Amino acid sequence: MRKGLISLCLTTLALSATAPVFAETTQADIDRGKELAYSRKDGNCLACHKMDDGKLTGNIGPELAEMKARFPDREMLFKRIWDETQFNPVTVMPPFGRHMILSKQEINRIIDYLYTL
Amino acid sequence: MLKAKVILVSLGIALAIPQAMAGSTPEEDRKEAVEYFKQMFPDVPFEEFVNGQYALNEDRRKQWESMQDFPPYEFAVAEGQEMFETPFANGKTYASCFENDGIGIRQNYPYFDTKKNEVITLELAINRCREANGEKPLRWKKGAIASISAYMASTSEGKPIDIKVPDNPDAMAAYQDGKEFYYSRRGQLNFSCASCHVQNPGKWIRADFLSPALGQPANFPVHRSKWGELGTLHRRFAGCNNNVRADPLPAQSEEYRNLEYFLTYMSNGLPVTGPATRP
Ligand code: HEC
Ligand code: HEC
Repeated sequence: MRKGLISLCLTTLALSATAPVFAETTQADIDRGKELAYSRKDGNCLACHKMDDGKLTGNIGPELAEMKARFPDREMLFKRIWDETQFNPVTVMPPFGRHMILSKQEINRIIDYLYTL
Repeated sequence: MLKAKVILVSLGIALAIPQAMAGSTPEEDRKEAVEYFKQMFPDVPFEEFVNGQYALNEDRRKQWESMQDFPPYEFAVAEGQEMFETPFANGKTYASCFENDGIGIRQNYPYFDTKKNEVITLELAINRCREANGEKPLRWKKGAIASISAYMASTSEGKPIDIKVPDNPDAMAAYQDGKEFYYSRRGQLNFSCASCHVQNPGKWIRADFLSPALGQPANFPVHRSKWGELGTLHRRFAGCNNNVRADPLPAQSEEYRNLEYFLTYMSNGLPVTGPATRP
């Protein structure tokens, strides 16, 4: 019963895991994205990725730079942050969307910020 | 964003075993692990692995060596010795519960007790000894039990770890259970122990430098500057579970004892160095 409910929730989430297209990104979106990416209790991306002016960064993952050039497809970038295990089953990158660490909106703000790098 | 800890823990966990430790007997697992880490760190001599992150990082090692003259655990070890030698109310001492009066035996723990059908860790044996002699058990993770365990480890310094998995289905099951725990992803952040200590030793996770699985239990109990005192191995397990937003299990639970059994077996042949210091 409980298991059924959970998998139902997850399926719903997975189905809606695509990135809506945004008309315009504001500076506030970008600032919020940076805040979410840096904060230890949200993205904590710095734990593993060197990026921008982040201090005390880890080196488990690759540096996040030139993001627009390397990830021209926003939806693809979204999917990787949502659940990198779909692309690499043994990755250590947390499945931010699938495990409800970040919401859709939060991932989208982080992408707004990543696209400035 | 809401915490999904409880839901996620109950979900099935994928068991992904990277190169190391995929053998079919404990001894094969161990040999593969040693080979795996040797390839990852070709310049690190085998015995150095007991020093965890200090075996891999020169800067950290220098800081650490500079504090070796006055180790912060010395007082606790002396206190542990005193408790160890002080008779219980019934006149007996801890020595009566252990082989060789409890001196120089750390390297044999944990072991599988084929009569009780369970893994016996040193801390469990200490508390069972107390109870058998009419004393109240000590709290598991720090304080007196860590001091006594530290004293007992100090009398075993340099002895090679010698964990056995007897030819017995229950012992093998306990070992396998610990191994499975080690490779199971858990917590909201979806890490297994192996994600950090097999896949990524030698790397930085934020400001922490990751140590390899090999050698980790050899230096326990450990004095961490973060704790400001000694703590047991199960205290560390709980901390590592917490960090990935997984619910830690109780110290000395069957799961953690089996985990200790597997992890310590991997370190067979490495010298006991506990107690030690860590950040
Ligand atoms: C615990 C480690 C860890 C954390 C935390 C982490 N990542 Fe990663 N990330 C990795 C690793 C390792 C890779 C390499 C690819 C793989 O493992 O599949 C990666 C790859 C990526 C990639 C693909 C990069 C490329 O150049 O191919 C992107 C984009 C990315 N991460 C974004 C993020 C963002 C955004 C966050 C925070 C919200 C984050 N990561 C947090 C470990 C992490
Ligand atoms: C997200 C990363 C991460 C995960 C997952 C993790 N640990 Fe750790 N662990 C660390 C860090 C960081 C340290 C401190 C630096 C070091 O020694 O590796 C540490 C330290 C340890 C130590 C002490 C090493 C020493 O030299 O004193 C032990 C033992 C340990 N971990 C066991 C485990 C076990 C068992 C698990 C799974 C239940 C686990 N860890 C999961 C990050 C992790």
